[in-house]
Order: sequence, then C-alpha cells, then structure tokens
Amino acid sequence: MSERIHTRIWDESPDPRSPFLGQNVRLFGYDYYGDLVGRARWVEMLWLLFTGEAPTPDQSALLERLAVALANPGPRDPSVHAAMCGGVGGSPPAASLVAALAVASGDHGGAGELRRAMSAWATAGEAFDRVTDALTDQADDTGMWPGFSPLSHHTAHSVLDCLAALGRASLARRLTWLHQHEPSLSDAARCGLSLTGVAAAALTDLGMDLDQGEALFLLLRLPGTLAHAVEQSGKRHKQFPFFALNDITRSDDA
Amino acid sequence: MSRVDPKDYEARIGHVTTRLGGFFPGHSARVRGHDLHEFTVDKRWFDLYLFSLTGRELGDNERDMLEALWTFTSYPDPRIWNNRVAALAGSSRASAALGIGAAIAVTDADIYGLGPCLAAFDFIGAHVADSDEALLQAATDKLRRERRLGGYGRPVVAEDERIAPTMAKARALGLADGPHVRTAFRLDALLAEGRWRMRINYAALCSALHLDIGLTRDDYECILATIFLGGMPPVWKEHNQEAAGGLFPIPVDAVHYDGVTPRRWPD
Repeated sequence: MSERIHTRIWDESPDPRSPFLGQNVRLFGYDYYGDLVGRARWVEMLWLLFTGEAPTPDQSALLERLAVALANPGPRDPSVHAAMCGGVGGSPPAASLVAALAVASGDHGGAGELRRAMSAWATAGEAFDRVTDALTDQADDTGMWPGFSPLSHHTAHSVLDCLAALGRASLARRLTWLHQHEPSLSDAARCGLSLTGVAAAALTDLGMDLDQGEALFLLLRLPGTLAHAVEQSGKRHKQFPFFALNDITRSDDA
Repeated sequence: MSRVDPKDYEARIGHVTTRLGGFFPGHSARVRGHDLHEFTVDKRWFDLYLFSLTGRELGDNERDMLEALWTFTSYPDPRIWNNRVAALAGSSRASAALGIGAAIAVTDADIYGLGPCLAAFDFIGAHVADSDEALLQAATDKLRRERRLGGYGRPVVAEDERIAPTMAKARALGLADGPHVRTAFRLDALLAEGRWRMRINYAALCSALHLDIGLTRDDYECILATIFLGGMPPVWKEHNQEAAGGLFPIPVDAVHYDGVTPRRWPD
C-alpha cells in the first residue's frame, strides 16, 4: 500500500520551516496563487479542474450559461426539497448539502438520468429516428426516456426559455438540434423535455465525458439548493409542508 | 414496472399513501399494521428493523445470523476508507451525524462495500442451480469480461478472516448448508482448482446467507448501507477527542505530483 498521494492536479514545493507548509502551488501546471487567482474566472477554474486544460472562450461562455441555468433548481426539485428538510429542522448547511447531493445523484431527475441522457445525445447523430432509438436504448425500466419528465405531457416554458438561451452559445450543436425538434420529440416521448435533458445536451456540446458531466451537474446545482435550505432555516416549521399520511393498514386514520 | 401517467402524479399531491405505518402525533406510531410500542415490547431493535424493512418476522436463528453479519464486519479501524471519513470528521470537529452519514455514503463503493456485495448477490442468486461446470463457466466469462467477480478476491489481502467465524455462527444456527451458501463455496473450490487465485470473501458469504434467508435485493441493499456501521461511531469519537486535525496529517512531501510541467495561464 502506498504511503503517498499521487495526483496530476496539485503540485507544491516543501517549505523548510515545516513539513506541513507548502509553497509555489501549481494546478495542472498553472501557478495557482500567482497566476490563476485574479486572472482565471470561476467557470474557467471549473473547466480546468475537471478537464486539466484551460478552456477556450467559447467553452467557458457555454459553461457559464449552463452554470447560471443550473444554479437554482427551485424549491419543487426533490434535491432542493431534501435540502430544505435540513434547513427547516435547523440542521447545519453541510447536512442540507449532503441531503441534496444524495437525492440529486438519483436515476430519476438526477445525475443517473443525466448520464443516460448524455449517452443518448452523444451517440444519436442528427437523424430524428436515430435520436429516438438512442433515447429508447437509454430508457428506464418503465420506458421513460432520459431527459424527459413524467410529470406532464408538455415541456415547461421555463425549460424552453433555458434551451433557447443556452442554444445561442456558439458551441451549441445538440442544444440547437433539440430546440428545433423539441415539439416532435416531446410528442414521441409523450412527456415534456426536462432541464436535466437540456443540461445533458449542453454538457455533450461542451465535450464532457459522463464522469465530468455528472460532476458538474451535481456541483452547479448547489448554490440555489443551499440558498433555499438557509432560507427555510429562518422560517417557522409550520410554514413548511408536513403532508397528510394515509396508512392503509389502519381503519381509524388520525 | 409500468409507466406512471401525469394524472397519477396529480393524484399524489399533498399526501403519501403507505402500508408501512407512520407517526400519529400524540396518539401512536405504527409499523406495518401494528402499534409500534405494543408490538415491540418483547422485541429487540433488530427484530423491528428487519420486520419494518422486509415485512417478515424472521426466525430467531435468522435474525441472529443477520445481526452477526453486521457484527463481524464492524471494525473500528480509522484507516478503512469509509471509517476514515467518520474519523476525519471527528478529527476536524465535524458533527457525528455528518461524519457517520458521510461514511455510510462512501460505503456505496466499487471495490468494497455495496458494489461487490450486490454483484455477489446477483451472481450467486442467478447461478445457484448451475452444475459445477456451468458455474465455473459463468464465473470465468464474467472474470474475462469484467476482470473481477464480486465476492471473490480482496483488495488488501487474499484471506478473509471473517469467513471462519461467520461459518461457525451459521453452523451453530443451522444456516450453514443452504443452497446459496453451498454454491458460494462450490465456486470458491472451483476457482481454487483453476488458475484463478481468488478466494471467497465476506461479500459472497454474506450475500449467500441473505439469499438463503430469502431477503430481496432491495432488502439487501438497505442492509448493506449500514452493515459496516459498528466501526464508525467509535472512530469518530476517538478522533473527536484527540488533537484537532491530528488524524493522518499529510506533509507536503507525501503528495507526489505526476502531471504536466509548469506553464502560463493563457491571456
């Protein structure tokens, strides 16, 4: 077993004053505090960390649009709901983030579904039938295509607005195709396109592999998730839904 | 599973329908049709856990076997990767709930924990009726395809010290001779005879015993999530009481960089 950590990300030199003091830190070869801080933008830093290279201006422009689009999934999203359960009970922000990440990892509306949608978008080509075949290949065990929401037969206007906004980026290919074909695709799916499907198309246009796409999808949703959790922590718990419970084994429901 | 129509989602707004029971404030708590506090008067926590999860009241020997499977892999060792998360949380003065919760999350792993256990459950369950020849063929096909076979071989050392005490317990409880346990050991012997130097590990035996007791894959996945739990609270506590940040401090020279050479950030 190795006693050392091996990494191609982090490089630093020892400081003779202490074994725990480092200096001249480099990330993927770039001078972290002397060059990146002050010159690299946040999304460029994300790109560097997940790909190992500096992004082109077109890549950082699309990633920035996606980061803004995913920054707040909203309080009806199950992962945000989970985070708010942490907030409303007075759990610390870290607990709310753990709660959100667990739910956001799922195969329905989460990173698992995103991976299936990315797989479909990456292999489908441009022909409509090829796309539907690829989506069918990646369907869940109920036949639901990834990137579509079973909650409605229609695509939300907000999802279409997001798709249009991302589609104006110069790297948009799958996004543009999706914008053009959304009505027929939703008809074929018998349900509306979801933000997860749009995010998968954007990450495919960015050239991300499945692991990179999953990492960014999980990460980029967290700012709004945490904001909603923190907001609930300042409210009375009676203002937050507890819902009714129907125990069908019980004859005299309370 | 059939597809859910949007109208079915609308019918679910604002309430949950369940057979599991729940909390009726000021009145009672219920579990699967029973008043929890009456039902559990003479029961142990593990009885309730298993009944609530499976809907079955298992025999005492089955319950004792399943509890032993948790016990025999509860190692309070802060080096083990999932435990290390709890220990680092303690050392960093993070809460026990977050540290232990995160350690449980990390148990959802590929080279130990849930990954090999569920793979072994699937494989042994699918091949329990196979002849020796078919069993070995299925195993070698899987090894050639995936380069690993959940439940056989081990990342740190070849021998698994949990096998002997687990089998001793299984024999004492009359559960050592079920078809899945026999299949797990048949495969161990077949692999030992061939060129595959992979001995049975805890994942295969644990999976086989759960299969023989009749638990489902979902039951088993839930159990696996916390089967290593016993080792986590003690390492959190010990390192929460030790010097802050004192667990595994890493000096600069313990990080080996093997990336690209220095370069300038583009303008």
